[in-house]
Amino acid sequence: MEKRARFRSWWLPYALILPQIAVTLVFFFWPAGQALYYSAFIQDAFGGNLQFVGLDNFRELFADPHYLASFKVTAVFSLLVAALGLSVSLVLAVFADRVVRGATAYKTLLIWPYAVAPAVAAVLWVFLFNPTIGIVAWWLKRVGVDWNYLLDGDQALLLIVIAAVWKQVSYNFLFFLAGLQSIPKSLIEAAAIDGAGPVRRFATIVFPLLSPTTFFLLVVNVVYAFFDTFAIVDAATSGGPGQATEILVYKVYKDGFKGLDLGGSAAQSVILMVIVITLTVVQFRFVERKVQY
Amino acid sequence: MSQCRSAFRRIAFAAVLSGFAASAQAVVEIQFWHAMTGANNDRINDFARKFNESQGEYKVNAVFKGSYPEAMAAAIAAYRAGSAPAILQVFEVGTATMMSAKGAIKPVHQVMADAGEKFDPKIYVPAVAGYYTNTKGQMLSFPFNSSTTVFFYNRDAFEKAGLDPNRAPATWPEVMAAAAKIKAAGASTCSFTTAWQSWVQLESFSAWHNTAFATKENGFGGNDPKLLFNGPLQVKHIGNMQDWAKKGYFTYAGRKTEPEAKFFSGECAMLTTSSAAYGTIKQNAKFKFAVAPLPYYADVAGAPQNTIIGGASLWVMGGKSKDEYKAVAKFFKFLSDPERQAVWHQTTGYLPITMEAYELTKKSGFYEKNPGTDVSVKQMIVKTTDKSRGIRLGNFVQIRDIIDEELENVWSGKKTAKEALGAAVARGNEQIAKFAKTANE
Repeated sequence: MEKRARFRSWWLPYALILPQIAVTLVFFFWPAGQALYYSAFIQDAFGGNLQFVGLDNFRELFADPHYLASFKVTAVFSLLVAALGLSVSLVLAVFADRVVRGATAYKTLLIWPYAVAPAVAAVLWVFLFNPTIGIVAWWLKRVGVDWNYLLDGDQALLLIVIAAVWKQVSYNFLFFLAGLQSIPKSLIEAAAIDGAGPVRRFATIVFPLLSPTTFFLLVVNVVYAFFDTFAIVDAATSGGPGQATEILVYKVYKDGFKGLDLGGSAAQSVILMVIVITLTVVQFRFVERKVQY
Repeated sequence: MSQCRSAFRRIAFAAVLSGFAASAQAVVEIQFWHAMTGANNDRINDFARKFNESQGEYKVNAVFKGSYPEAMAAAIAAYRAGSAPAILQVFEVGTATMMSAKGAIKPVHQVMADAGEKFDPKIYVPAVAGYYTNTKGQMLSFPFNSSTTVFFYNRDAFEKAGLDPNRAPATWPEVMAAAAKIKAAGASTCSFTTAWQSWVQLESFSAWHNTAFATKENGFGGNDPKLLFNGPLQVKHIGNMQDWAKKGYFTYAGRKTEPEAKFFSGECAMLTTSSAAYGTIKQNAKFKFAVAPLPYYADVAGAPQNTIIGGASLWVMGGKSKDEYKAVAKFFKFLSDPERQAVWHQTTGYLPITMEAYELTKKSGFYEKNPGTDVSVKQMIVKTTDKSRGIRLGNFVQIRDIIDEELENVWSGKKTAKEALGAAVARGNEQIAKFAKTANE
């Protein structure tokens, strides 16, 4: 059966996607092009003195051990955010899918954090975990945990992972729930009649059928961890202690907007862009093969 | 996200302005972008309103533009788009960036001379004016809100620990002796903490001991100084602090103003921070406290010298018309008025900018009624030296971040004071070299 829609006129399909293309060009390609351009220059803050330096900005970055350390922090952070974010929201979605009474209330509450701005999310968690005034910090101290994320890098990383995951769980939850609800009930019922328990039904039927959603969310979450988390880092730890929570995108923001080193910051965004493009390509080429649509 | 919002604000603002333009054509209007929040924001608006009412030729529009770095980034973006404000408030660490932006700024002494306004740099408190003056003695920006580093202590906790609440520890060894007593007596859970660690414990600390922070007069004499803050004195002090941290006398509580909360909540008994914290502490502390000069090491020759200022100054942006510069000059003259300066000093906790404002405040009996408010002033009204005039470094924002990172490695015990300060100097020098490549001076 022919699934593709056919247009009579040749220009209509192009006209229909024109707004989207225009938005993409203006808000994605143009800034990306600017970043590429400026990464080959050094300049003073006011742009009065623009000097072409070729690849010097990049050379400097890769010679800087602190920049390289930031890669490791970013890798750990993104992995944790994506893994925790996906698994927590999958569990929540599976349970919410089963709830019969009051389902809307549960769903609303679970979707709520998505409406919170990243910086506000970070401040909320800082209030809970602040070594001086935080209630969770107080509990932790009572059970004998020496909680002070101002000096303990691992604790600081944990704090921003929690804040970032909490913020993203709603989004993941929404997609997982929709994915779960689109799985035909007949399949699950048939398996149940054949004697498969809930765990087995989930492992052999539900999870494989959810794989397109999971894959999509994996890509989105990795991009989220790479790009959208700088407000959380800024509000919670400012990259400290030492450089324990200085992820790549936060360094771009710090050097560019606070330090006014536009060349170096542009070079960093180009590197970040390359990483995310590579990751996405890898995900589509290799992970997608295992996905059943 | 904040970009979008500020862009929207700018558009809305422009729309409002164009509406005004039709009704008041003869008036020269200038924009003044600042970063003052809360009560200080009200005071700035008050200044602008009173100036506008005092005459009919010029109109100053004071606009709040976010934090210091945000206001500066916004002004730079506006300059690049050809719509910079006439006056911009810039924090002290942005000084070198502004100075080296020839063409983008117009030095204040020139603005005043062109407008035919009398402008004598000598009426300003030397340690304040010096920070914004070039090697030829010309003032580049207009000093506005300056504070300096002081010592606060909890008198109730001192009493509980058996210490004399009327006598503040004057030297660092005395501070630590007091810290030990406070801890032993259990007078508070934390003895000592510091806000703004780089500014207080290294920048101001060095000037206070008349010890160089960087070569070339701490950067005043050129764009390519070499950092010197890993000298024996600084290494000794940071090493001592590491030791005190280990013993539980010093508690690290954050890079900026977070430690102030630990003091006014009563958790920490002693604090070093900006003199401008006075208002917040007075408002929140439920105990008796006092302000004292920053401690020093008595065995260092030349100590105590003077401490270093923080805060901001007003810069005049380039590319404006003659009339607009005249408006700026008139506004600055208005702000320099001793009465106005005295009120600003008394209500905000910032330093008096002119000597006359200080004398006026003294005569009014303000310091007797509010003991401790003159501590910061007394620390500043001395003749400065090449090592204490101030610090001016390119990419200072990044250098402060680097210092913060390395000091955190000291407090957590990952590095010794010598290793950390050595690393901070090396990394900081790279930042300065990078800045010098594009600086115009």
